[in-house]
Amino acid sequence: MSEPNKPVTSVKTPISLHYDYSVGAGSSTFLRAIREGRILGSRCPDTGKVYVPPRLSSVETASPMRELVEVSDRGVVYTYCIVNIQFYDQVLEIPYAYAYIVLDGADSAIMHLIQECPVEEMRPGMKVQAVWKDRSEWTESMENIRYFKPTGEADLPIGEIMDEIRKKSHA
Amino acid sequence: MELNDQKEALRGEHVLQYPYRRATGPILGRFFTEIRDHKRLLGVKTAAGQILCPPVEADPDTLEDLSVEDLVEVGPAGHVTSWTWLNEPRPGNPLEHSFAWALIKLDGADSALLHAVDAGSESAMRTGMRVVARFCDERNGDIRDITCFVPED
Repeated sequence: MSEPNKPVTSVKTPISLHYDYSVGAGSSTFLRAIREGRILGSRCPDTGKVYVPPRLSSVETASPMRELVEVSDRGVVYTYCIVNIQFYDQVLEIPYAYAYIVLDGADSAIMHLIQECPVEEMRPGMKVQAVWKDRSEWTESMENIRYFKPTGEADLPIGEIMDEIRKKSHA
Repeated sequence: MELNDQKEALRGEHVLQYPYRRATGPILGRFFTEIRDHKRLLGVKTAAGQILCPPVEADPDTLEDLSVEDLVEVGPAGHVTSWTWLNEPRPGNPLEHSFAWALIKLDGADSALLHAVDAGSESAMRTGMRVVARFCDERNGDIRDITCFVPED
């Protein structure tokens, strides 16, 4: 919207793409379980690695993955980013952190919001746990988990993280 | 537990939006300002003497910057050089009923502008037909300030 009598210097040209999005079999399994408050992964029959959310075939060996495994809602921060920039439609107050979290029992990371932790205190190796919405609000959505917060337990030592990352680098 | 891939996959509506705002440059800025404030259409005169509408910021032959001094009034009527009929408009289209997308060469211009022609029916459309711009009452300074073109009486 331009101001009357001021020369036009820009025009709004919003683009809106509407998808009828199918999440596929693996993520459907994941989302149906998260409706019940459970987090599922799938185990590679060749390497034993557990992928969260479940995938139909192994990233490393391409073998079909049929075995489902329930993993914990607690895990370790492997890496993170701090959002310092205000952007369109942003609902959270900056600064805030998004982290790659490897849940206990899993070999791949999920990305989720970290709260109840000043961004200056974010670090790899930090133990975190899910904070769930009230059970009555659960749907087939990752938003059933509002965010992750620090558990206060001792960090996973940085050396171990590097070893784990090397081991898990294909997961 | 076994993964069951026979069960129907979940699906849902997903909307991806890009809230772009584009800088116009001085020439297109003046083009939109004139439409908004005076319902006047402008073309730009190139070094070769061609008048381009919609106007452009640089001369397509010499690649030199053009100036707002090179703007001249065109239209508001012109003729259709090419068109296609749209039976079912989509959200965001200029009209909610069937219309034609048309290339319109405004009187005084040597190039054509793409806009909607509200002709009522496909059978009323002709290449070469005369049309005239219809402007919105509330104008915001963009191409939607032209509601559409309509057949000239």
